[in-house]
Amino acid sequence: MVIDLTRVKNGESGIIKEFDSGYEFMRKIQSMGIRPGKNIKKLSSHFWRGPQTVEVDNVRVAIGWGMAKNIFIEVNR
Amino acid sequence: MNKILLMGNPNVGKSVIFSRLTGARIIVSNYPGTTVEFTQGHMKIDEERPAVIDVPGTYNLEPTSKAEEVAVRMLKDGDLIINVVNATNLERNLYLTLQLLEKNISLVVALNMWDETKHQGINIDIERLEKELGVPVVPTCGLTGEGIKELIIRLKQAKTPKAKITSDSDKWERIGEIIERVQKLTHHHHTFLQRLEDLSIRPLSGIPIALGVIYAAFTIIRFIGEGLITYIFEPLFDKAWAPIMLKLGAVLGEDTFLHNVLVGNLIDGAIDFKMSFGVLTTGFFVPIAMVLPYIISFYLMLGILEDFGYLPRLAVMVDNLMHHIGLHGFAIIPMMLGLGCNVPGALAIRILEGRREKFIAATLMAVAIPCMAQIAMIVGLVGERGGQYLGIIFGTLFILLIVKGLIMNKVLKGSSPEILVEIPPYRIPQLEAVVKKLWMRVSGFLKEAVPYVLLGILFVNILYALKIIDFFSRAFSPILTGLWGLPKEAISALIIGFLRKDVAVGMLGPLNLTTKQLVIGSTVLAIYFPCIATFVMLVKELGIKDMLKSATIMIFVALIVGTLLNIIL
Repeated sequence: MVIDLTRVKNGESGIIKEFDSGYEFMRKIQSMGIRPGKNIKKLSSHFWRGPQTVEVDNVRVAIGWGMAKNIFIEVNR
Repeated sequence: MNKILLMGNPNVGKSVIFSRLTGARIIVSNYPGTTVEFTQGHMKIDEERPAVIDVPGTYNLEPTSKAEEVAVRMLKDGDLIINVVNATNLERNLYLTLQLLEKNISLVVALNMWDETKHQGINIDIERLEKELGVPVVPTCGLTGEGIKELIIRLKQAKTPKAKITSDSDKWERIGEIIERVQKLTHHHHTFLQRLEDLSIRPLSGIPIALGVIYAAFTIIRFIGEGLITYIFEPLFDKAWAPIMLKLGAVLGEDTFLHNVLVGNLIDGAIDFKMSFGVLTTGFFVPIAMVLPYIISFYLMLGILEDFGYLPRLAVMVDNLMHHIGLHGFAIIPMMLGLGCNVPGALAIRILEGRREKFIAATLMAVAIPCMAQIAMIVGLVGERGGQYLGIIFGTLFILLIVKGLIMNKVLKGSSPEILVEIPPYRIPQLEAVVKKLWMRVSGFLKEAVPYVLLGILFVNILYALKIIDFFSRAFSPILTGLWGLPKEAISALIIGFLRKDVAVGMLGPLNLTTKQLVIGSTVLAIYFPCIATFVMLVKELGIKDMLKSATIMIFVALIVGTLLNIIL
């Protein structure tokens, strides 16, 4: 099923499906290596709607809650 | 070949390669956004001496922050680009490479961090990558210098590719093809450092780690700073320098103008380095015996944390709290740098995205983040009266940071942007690199601070001699005495505070203040205005209009906080 990044469990992996956001953000996050089709693993989620940290390829990135809400991941559940 | 640009993603080691190529000393650290302004040096290729420019890191050629704007603007002037690529993360890095290939400039790719690929089970076929890209590719390891000679040799073979301009999705498709052909991954086990990385990024283990790191850092800073003062610098001044100054004083004759300026006032017939206020006594004692030890210990700790790669993790941990004061977690980095000196702190505000965020960060830093020189003086002067008074001063500044941030976040239109930052792997700091960076920062302090301190003290003595201080004392006594409960002579400290905050705090020493007055004076001095060097930097970063607004806020806050402390204490 497809869920947004904030709902992916810590330690769970999935495939990035799509972004629901503006062009500028999409371009930036894609050039950081986070783009559709990539395998993504969620590392941690911080309290009170804090940043979500993920690993894609070899890179770890911290993504704000609001941004993470707009990133959709296909997970096996 | 006149201008060589070093370009690449953030935190791939451009600055390290820059130092290797040019021999120039610049600050390098393990976090994205260390370099926010371009740095220029020169290298030697045969008989030529082309300029080499270290460009701030950027993920693409569509800038989203001022540091990235600098990068894109530089592109027009380059004759050759060395595209520094992180070999452990080829796929992501190639996006910028493909964008650069379309710009019709000669290009060489430096495949940096080559040594790390081995531990990570990454295998890259370099010859094949060269064929795919059509430009020379050289594996390098900036930290050890491996591959740099080869890189210099191959600069001459740089080629201007004739790449067609393609769309984003075409680029990613092409990158996919390239990666398929050149890179093989083998499984590798998690190392101890990687396990530590995981622990320090999860909230339950990360928050205790963050608190522990901060506590340990400040304990070590204090331990080293106090140790250097007690066992090295104070004895040096008391045993070696004081007798010379007394002899000089005798030659000049007491109460002559030169005696007052150079040696200062004798306290009970002896030189008191904190009270005498001569250019050659207090003028040297303040920067060297009171401030320098803390500068050394602070920058040593900061350098280790930077090189280890801890700061971006701290940024993630505090992100939530920082949102309440109108910033996001990454703003902790300019604040930490500001604790050393507000000038590099102000420059680092560039890594923040929006005008609102920059304004808030600048105003908070100028008011509530005292620099290490000022902290050292406050510790030296107020600490003698009891540790709890230091608690009042720094506690007040901390509360001020929070309250003022909360208010600005409410009052200013808009909201704080969210964090989006790459977290680098931990790397064990290398002794040579840490020492080199410490030396750069300490010598920077000595070169810039000492002359200003001496000038400041000379200036005070002249102002006193010309009775100008008396005039200002009378003019400002309603505020100083009426609101803050300070003697009107304290105006001299406020005047000098524009020049150097450390000297300003030092000037409270000879005024025979009560402990309460000392606490209020020190706090107000931290708040009321940034020193001139920080002010100039902030004008550059914020523009004059925003800076004037910010300065007005600072003065008002100083008036209010000083008065409140006078009532409460």
